[in-house]
Amino acid sequence: MKQGLFTISEHRPLTENVMELRLRGDASAVTVPGQFVNIRLDGRFLRRPISVCDRAGDTLTLIYKIVGGGTRQMAQMRAGQQLDLLTGLGNGFDPSLAGDAPVLLGGGVGTPPMYWLAKTLIARGMPVRAVLGFNTKSEVFYEKELQALGAEVTVTTVDGSCGVKGFVTDGLPKQYSYFFACGPEPMLKAVWKSTGTSGQLSFEERMGCGFGACMGCSCKTLTGFKRICKDGPVLRKEEILWEARV
Amino acid sequence: MGSTRVNLCGIELDNPVIPASGTFGYGYEFAELYDINCLGTFSFKGTTREPRFGNPTPRIAECTAGMINAVGLQNPGVEKVISEELPRLRKVFRKPVMANVSGFSVEDYADTCRLLDRQEQVGWLEVNISCPNVHGGGMSFGTDPAAAASVIRAVKAVTTKPVIAKLSPNVTDITVIAKACEDAGADGISLINTLLGMRIDLKTRRPVIANTMGGFSGPAIFPVALRMVYQTARAVTVPVIGIGGVGTAEDVIEMMLAGATAVEIGAANLVDPFVCRDIVRDLPEVMRQYGIDDLRDVTGGVKQWEKT
Repeated sequence: MKQGLFTISEHRPLTENVMELRLRGDASAVTVPGQFVNIRLDGRFLRRPISVCDRAGDTLTLIYKIVGGGTRQMAQMRAGQQLDLLTGLGNGFDPSLAGDAPVLLGGGVGTPPMYWLAKTLIARGMPVRAVLGFNTKSEVFYEKELQALGAEVTVTTVDGSCGVKGFVTDGLPKQYSYFFACGPEPMLKAVWKSTGTSGQLSFEERMGCGFGACMGCSCKTLTGFKRICKDGPVLRKEEILWEARV
Repeated sequence: MGSTRVNLCGIELDNPVIPASGTFGYGYEFAELYDINCLGTFSFKGTTREPRFGNPTPRIAECTAGMINAVGLQNPGVEKVISEELPRLRKVFRKPVMANVSGFSVEDYADTCRLLDRQEQVGWLEVNISCPNVHGGGMSFGTDPAAAASVIRAVKAVTTKPVIAKLSPNVTDITVIAKACEDAGADGISLINTLLGMRIDLKTRRPVIANTMGGFSGPAIFPVALRMVYQTARAVTVPVIGIGGVGTAEDVIEMMLAGATAVEIGAANLVDPFVCRDIVRDLPEVMRQYGIDDLRDVTGGVKQWEKT
């Protein structure tokens, strides 16, 4: 973990309420896809945890959805302005378990971490398939960006306005060696049920600190109590204890 | 340069800066960022006799200038704290550490304190009496002077190290509880624990926290904490530790003027993990600015307005 000031180099809307934010600064603590940063905003007491979409040298790409006052405030910020970040938080995905034909599953704003993961896997010579799930066509983002990396992308929409009608689970390929998933909890549960292989799932929880000090985001797993922020956000399929989650 | 040293219940501290229990774990996460030996000491995660997961999530809500938590004393239980956490803690922190203890019966407190009292690195036992008394109808020990005194008396009977009673602010008159603890043998008083609070999500119309209510902390509570420290320090003769909304070296001095011998920093650690290091670093300069040579002289130094 590191604390540092980052300068906004680019900030643009991807959809009506999803923003892409590019930041320059010391990103050296961000080492694994699936990690997150925790952002301090003026006048807000707690930081905002946002997953890392990509890291290239000193540039971080973050994608976030405007869901409340904090993210609405952040969306007003412009290139040149600075943000105080805690970086290198969370365990991230372990790409070494991917096998020879992994599938990446992103639901809504669970899509961003799949970008850097796809890039990492493709760099290791693996064919990557990605299934991105959204509610409707106007909410779809990063389909082309993932295709540009060389991933085979299937989009699903709940209303059928784009791609396959249904949920990410309706877009699962017939054969795959392993899965990586990030998205809302009902999606993760459906993925957990309908996948035939092992995999890793990235969870969300309300956090206090984001670095393991406050125990605000703990969950019970088959391998013991875990802090989503420090021991997660990525959990292995085999250790998830759904009965303990509300 | 002035002296920042203070004496807390017979143990010398390099400075009065103490990260508060529940905001600093066992120090490991912070030791990755800076050498935590610069701190006066720290109070480690609240320990109970049995392991606890705590409350269901969400456990955290944000407020204006603060937060609410309902973690519910998650900890591995005293035996694992002693066998696993303390040996690891020793590798990152060389000074005497403060052991924070919770319980749900008088026996719980006594058992946990007796075991922690034997640990070489434990300097003080900070007894959190804000927990519900399961044999007393669930009322917090800390809201009843007799119940509070019974805990302190039982802990004192089985320990040798200084016992600090950590008080709940959710009472009508905190000085009554403080005096009951002092009379029962407490060597010090720390206050305040969190204020009971609540938030409701307008979209779901549910409380933000699964436990409905939780403990409110952060800069918003500083004036309330300061007032209670002031009242308590005038009511007891044992040292008082000021806790609540502290985030700067100036806040530390203000708490000490109100009567605190040392100061704990809680919620601020969660948003700025370097805050305690920075307070330690800033103290000498802020002391110089206000003409303070020896920080010990500040305790209780608040001046009264002249009555006309």
